[in-house]
Parts: sequence; C-alpha cells; structure tokens
Amino acid sequence: MSEPRAAANTAGTASGAPASAFSKSEMMIVAAARELAGQRVCFVGVGLPNIAVNLARLTVAPTLELVYESGAFGSKPARLPLSIGDPTIVTGATAAVSMFELFSFYLQGGLVDVGFLGAAQIDRFGNINSTVIGEYEHPKTRLPGSGGACEIAINARQVFVIMRQSKRSFVDRIDFRTSPGNLGGAEAAARIRREQGWLGRGPSVVVTDLGIYHFDDSGEMRLDSIHPGATLEQIRDTIGWEPRLAETLATTPSPTPEELRLIREQLDPEGAYTK
Amino acid sequence: MSKVMSMRDAVAANVHDGDVVAIEGFTHLICFAAGHEIIRQRKRDLTLARLTPDLIYDQMVAAGTARKLVFSWLGNPGVGGLHAIRRRVEDADPAPLELEEYSHFGMVGRYTAGASNLPFFPLRSYFETDLPKANPLIRPIRSPFGDEMVYAVPPLKPDVTIVHAQRADAAGNTQMWGLLGCQKEAAFAAKRVVIVVEELVEEAVIRADPNRTVIPGLIVDAVVVEPFGAHPSYVQGSYDRDNHFYRDWDAIARDAATLEAWLDEWVYGVDGRAQYVEKLGAERVAGLKPSGQALSGAVEYGVYR
Repeated sequence: MSEPRAAANTAGTASGAPASAFSKSEMMIVAAARELAGQRVCFVGVGLPNIAVNLARLTVAPTLELVYESGAFGSKPARLPLSIGDPTIVTGATAAVSMFELFSFYLQGGLVDVGFLGAAQIDRFGNINSTVIGEYEHPKTRLPGSGGACEIAINARQVFVIMRQSKRSFVDRIDFRTSPGNLGGAEAAARIRREQGWLGRGPSVVVTDLGIYHFDDSGEMRLDSIHPGATLEQIRDTIGWEPRLAETLATTPSPTPEELRLIREQLDPEGAYTK
Repeated sequence: MSKVMSMRDAVAANVHDGDVVAIEGFTHLICFAAGHEIIRQRKRDLTLARLTPDLIYDQMVAAGTARKLVFSWLGNPGVGGLHAIRRRVEDADPAPLELEEYSHFGMVGRYTAGASNLPFFPLRSYFETDLPKANPLIRPIRSPFGDEMVYAVPPLKPDVTIVHAQRADAAGNTQMWGLLGCQKEAAFAAKRVVIVVEELVEEAVIRADPNRTVIPGLIVDAVVVEPFGAHPSYVQGSYDRDNHFYRDWDAIARDAATLEAWLDEWVYGVDGRAQYVEKLGAERVAGLKPSGQALSGAVEYGVYR
C-alpha cells in the first residue's frame, strides 16, 4: 500500500519539512544515508540499501566508493539501478572485476568499511535471517537466502541494516541465522570474532521506518532516535521484545527539501522504493 | 575448425537428461535463449546450478526440467520471489524440489575449485550461521599452518556450462565486458561448454585485444550465434535489462495456469530466439537500446618482431 505523500513543494524549513510532507520510507532512506557520513567503501545490497547508499553519495558522503557484489567497484550510477547487476553501475565505474576478485580481494581482503544489509527477520543482537520463515526443511515461506550477506556480515568492518519494523520482522528468536550479528551478546561475539579472525566488528546501526538504533555495550539494539511523527507506542507495537531506549532520545531531523528532491526527481522518480 | 551450430543442435548434443547444468551470468548475460531451448527439448531431471536462479530457472523449474537447484540467492532481483520455485519448495506443488544452498562466495569458490582441480575451496564465511546445518557439504577445516578455522566447500563441476557473451570467433574464443560474474570459473569447471554470442567475429578481432578474452576456444564445444539471446537480462553495450518484464513475471508466475500459458506462448509456441524476438516487436527491442554510446579507449599493444 502506498503511503500518502505531499507534493515536493510543501513548505520546508532549514531543518526540514513537516512530518506530513514525506513518507516513512523516505525518512528511513534519508536517515540511513546520513549514517554513511565519513565512510569510504560501502558494499551495496539490493533494494532499500541501494537507494540509501546512492543518496549518501550525492549528499553526505561524496567520496564514498560503491561496491556491488556483482563485481563493480567505484560505481557512479547515472540512474537508480533496479537490480544490483544493472548496466549503469558498470559504465563509468573505476573497475569491473570478477566475483571471485570481488569476494576474495575486496571483501575478504578487508577493504570494505560498511556492508549494507536488509533482512526478513532480525533479533535484538542484530543477528539476521534472510533464508526461511519456519523450519528449513519445510519452510512456511522460502526467502532468497544468503546471497553475499553471510560473508558481508563476517568480513565488512561494520554492518548497517535497513528494514521496516514489524512484529514479524523484529523478533525475539529468528527462525534461521543467515548472517551473524552480536550472536548472544557483545562479549562472546567479540571473543569469537577475534578467535576466528573475522575482520568485521558486526552490526553498528539499524535504521527503520520509525527510528534509528545503535548497539549498546551488551551488544543489544538501543533506540537512539525516533523519526518525526513516530511514537514510542508504535515502536513497542512493532518489536518483539522490550526495546532499550537511549537516556536522551533524539528526534531524527526531517528530510531536507534537497534530500527529498534527490529521491523524488533523481533517484526514484517511479517511487519503486519509496511507496 | 568451426564450432558454430544452431541452438537446437548445441543443446541436443550437450545437454542430457540428469545432467548438472550451469547457465551462469550474474544479472548480466543470462542465456534465456538456451534455457528456452532446453525447455522445448523437454530435458528432464536436471540439476540446475546458478548463484541466482533468476527468472530463467523459475521458468525451467515450472516447465518440469529440474529435480534440484544448487544456488546462493533465490529471488527476482529488485522485485521479489520466484513463485514457481517457491511452490515446489513450500508446497511440493506439483512435486518437491531438492535444494543445495550456499552463499555467493561459496558458489564462486565451488566453481573455482572445480576449475582448478582442487578438492575444496576455503573461505572465511558461514561462522556462527545455520547454513552448515542446512547444507552438510559446508564444513569447517583447520589451517595446516596454525590454529585458524575456516570453512570449506566442495568443487562444482557442471556437466555443461552455458555462457552468453558479446562476441566469439568460430573456434569459441570468447570476449565479454561489463559484469563478469563467475562465467570464467564455471566454464573452466565444466565438462562441456556452450558459448552463445550476440556477434560472431573473425579471429583477428579476438587477437587484437587478448586481455578481453575470458574463455579460450580450447575448452569450448559449441558456438551459437543468437542475437538478443539474453533478453530479458541484458548485454552491456547492446541492450538494457528489461526491468518491465522482471516486474511482469511476478504476476505471471504467481499463478501456475498463467505461467503455463506464458510458456505455451513464448517458449513452446516459437521455434527459436529469432521468432521470440520478432514476437517481442521492433518497438520493444528498440526501447532497450542504451540511451547513448560509451566507447572504451583503445590501448596500444605494440608490434614486437
């Protein structure tokens, strides 16, 4: 279902437009893009990460190098790629390499700062399921599976997650662990990552349609910022555990008119991701 | 010696019931033309290997050619699920489908081990996940040079690998550009290799740019010239991905009867790719042309006598 969204020319202020002037998806994409400020090399996943990363490249992270698992490095897509293997990510890229090189040298070799993942289910420690709902052998819903997510979660220096909140997706127990997060807690996860030589330190941000979470010292998700128009009640109604809250809960700054213009006119004029 | 033949002959000679078949190409250069010919020849009990089964394997599974999938990401990229495959997996409708599941890096590693005649490929993946439980062929091993643990995956050696490319000569020396996926690894790993190209070129064209050669004729069994053979996927520099078809497929495949009617019309109802392209119509084909040119610069190899 599409959310109502006001015209782009709705009066915005320096700090952004009123909550009625943008959709929850747009807020989520903008919040995720802003988290990429200062990052150098980002591994881009299909779907929402794709638009968030491309928005970051046009705003807060102009020197961001986009790596697509399909084998493109340093992409400058001239249109929003629908799939992560779109020809627009090749034309004008720094390099087009085989997937062997991409996964062996770029990812496993430790060159990727941020891996950007979506998921069907996530738990409080940032462990991710994108394989099945139900039992593996007799799934209720067969999902796509790992793709590159599993090795991204292990080898990217840190992992960003972008996904919509719901009781079905933010669950106490995930049905299948496709990509490891903070396992059962930060201490054990750090030990295992060290002992097994993982390069990544795991998940650091989860951006949803309602707010922004980081991970506290115990390795558990903590709500640090709530999007304009969202309420704590909505947050609790769409999460399968009692969420930890930051001592001072921030309000996410609204999308700026420029961010909205880039999404609507340049990145996703058909509204494929933002509806 | 020329290896050029028709798609019908190439498939008849190289794809047999029960084979492990890899039609590779990551989003780019997916040989739908070969998949459709395999459906028309009613091959059965195939094991289909591909990182991303994509629409082509959804169609081949729906047509009853396959008993098993070996894969790493099972979806319609940028759109959603693969409904014919999901019906087989979730509801055994009309029959169960065996799955052997890896990650992308695991699949690439499997072809690499197969191509280089190694007993396994080691990688830093799968730690603390449920994937090794779901697939016992993903196994932990200890480094012979220390205490470090990594995971190993077994070699994958397809009976036949089918690769779509921009151009090849009659001997099968094949050049491609754009996203290269793991076609080189999958071809070197295979017992037989079928090359399908947009354009057949003289040997001199290949020799003028040897760095662009991905697959040598040495390992190639058949060369098929089939323009537009990768539609609805794409060929860098020739035609764009038909994203509308990828979106349309979602509705077509959701209903078994609609899908069957689509196969009747677009696969069984045509005698080959040329008729399929004609049926698509000039307007649709023209609409998929790149919006402009982006020529690579030529490089100097030099003459050394």
